[in-house]
Amino acid sequence: METFLQISGELLNGFSVSVMLFIFTLVFSLPLGLIICFLTTSKFTPVRAFSKIVVWILRGTPLMLQIFAIFYLPGLLKWFTWPQMNTGWKWFDSTFSTRFIAALVAFSINYAAYFSEIYRGGIQSIPYGQYEAGKVLGLNQSQVFFKVVFMQVIKRILPPMSNEIVTLIKDTALATSIGIVELIFSAKEFMVVDGLIWPLFYAGAFYLIFVGIITVLFNFIEKKLSYYKV
Amino acid sequence: MALLQVENLTKNFNDTQVLKGVSFELEKGEVLTIIGSSGSGKTTLLRCLNFLEVASGGKILVNGEVIFPAKKQMKNNLTFGLVFQSFNLFPQYTALQNVTLAMDLTFQNSLKEKKIRGFAFKKAVKENKAINDITAKQLLERVGLADKMQNYPCELSGGQQQRVAIARALALSPDILCFDEPTSALDPELTGEVLKVIKSLKEEGRTMIIVTHEMDFAKNVSDKVIFMADGVIEEEGTPIQVFDNPLSEKTKAFLSKGEF
Repeated sequence: METFLQISGELLNGFSVSVMLFIFTLVFSLPLGLIICFLTTSKFTPVRAFSKIVVWILRGTPLMLQIFAIFYLPGLLKWFTWPQMNTGWKWFDSTFSTRFIAALVAFSINYAAYFSEIYRGGIQSIPYGQYEAGKVLGLNQSQVFFKVVFMQVIKRILPPMSNEIVTLIKDTALATSIGIVELIFSAKEFMVVDGLIWPLFYAGAFYLIFVGIITVLFNFIEKKLSYYKV
Repeated sequence: MALLQVENLTKNFNDTQVLKGVSFELEKGEVLTIIGSSGSGKTTLLRCLNFLEVASGGKILVNGEVIFPAKKQMKNNLTFGLVFQSFNLFPQYTALQNVTLAMDLTFQNSLKEKKIRGFAFKKAVKENKAINDITAKQLLERVGLADKMQNYPCELSGGQQQRVAIARALALSPDILCFDEPTSALDPELTGEVLKVIKSLKEEGRTMIIVTHEMDFAKNVSDKVIFMADGVIEEEGTPIQVFDNPLSEKTKAFLSKGEF
């Protein structure tokens, strides 16, 4: 029988993988979402139509199915195999496994699709007068976007973003489905091997605390941005 | 030669013709007021001059030079400045930053065109920023907002916001400053402070085009008045001609209503 301390250690190990998946998904999906947003609002119809179909598929099918597809399909169709990290640094190599990278790709693309719609809503909610004011002041298109509109968009999309990001924390549990040893996987091992059910609820507390921290963080950012109104 | 010449300007939105051939001239230092009921095309005319709308036909000449239609449409034509009805200040910037933003960015653009990069770029931007801040402070002082420079737009009253907007439009020292119903979104007690600023600009000899519903102000401040109806200039002349001795029946009807 494992001690509480040992179980805590194991769960922490799994949790670190979950957190890595969470952080790296955000790193890739936040900018990718903005790019997809530009594509879905493009004036060039083929680009717009194609990107809208992609977003439809990404939001219209289960994330778990996408994880399976991205992990297994390249190998089955003999396109390529997901790379294996080989730095010799044990923690790094085991965390960033082949499976982890496939899952990271799936999560990033999927969340980028959701983020793109949040960005689009935010951008389209900015009054047209802001663009016009920038234009008559001689700013070019990218200056109007990044110097005038973007900060207002960020303020507007914070609440829906925090919602989506909180969902992402819990969605990382889906990585279990391709055998990534993250938090839920570790907890489930104690149930299967040792017949212990409580580590599963213990794992729930990890998510709860993490979500709590992220919520506090978002409240802090919202407060920081409260000096102006949009 | 007139500073601004507009020749037979037309604008269609799909099937509706909003401007049906508008021609007028404006000398340097003159103040032109455009009056008329809603939907007469006065705002569209102003937007065409500022390239917020692309006119469907006609010519715009500044100092005898054709700026519309031009082969390469200058997107950032800074002959004109525009003050909006709804201010359109940038909410995330202070009053001062609102005024300096365009100056800073146009300077950065000019450096990029000269291919100045790296340390030299940073140094030049920093030096220029200091100058821009001084210019902006002077402009804000001139519109009577010396004590509100560090305030954000949401902390200012409508009249104060509009005065910041005027300072912002002046920052790039446009040849012609346009006002699109600058007081229509303001409470009656706040219109006075904005009109006072516009009047002080006239005293400085600025060339201005003002679309307004403030008839007393129009009569007072302008050198030239245009009355527009249904996309054409129905009547034009000095304030005395248009307001006191209108020739056209439409002008008479419009002015006699008393409510605009």
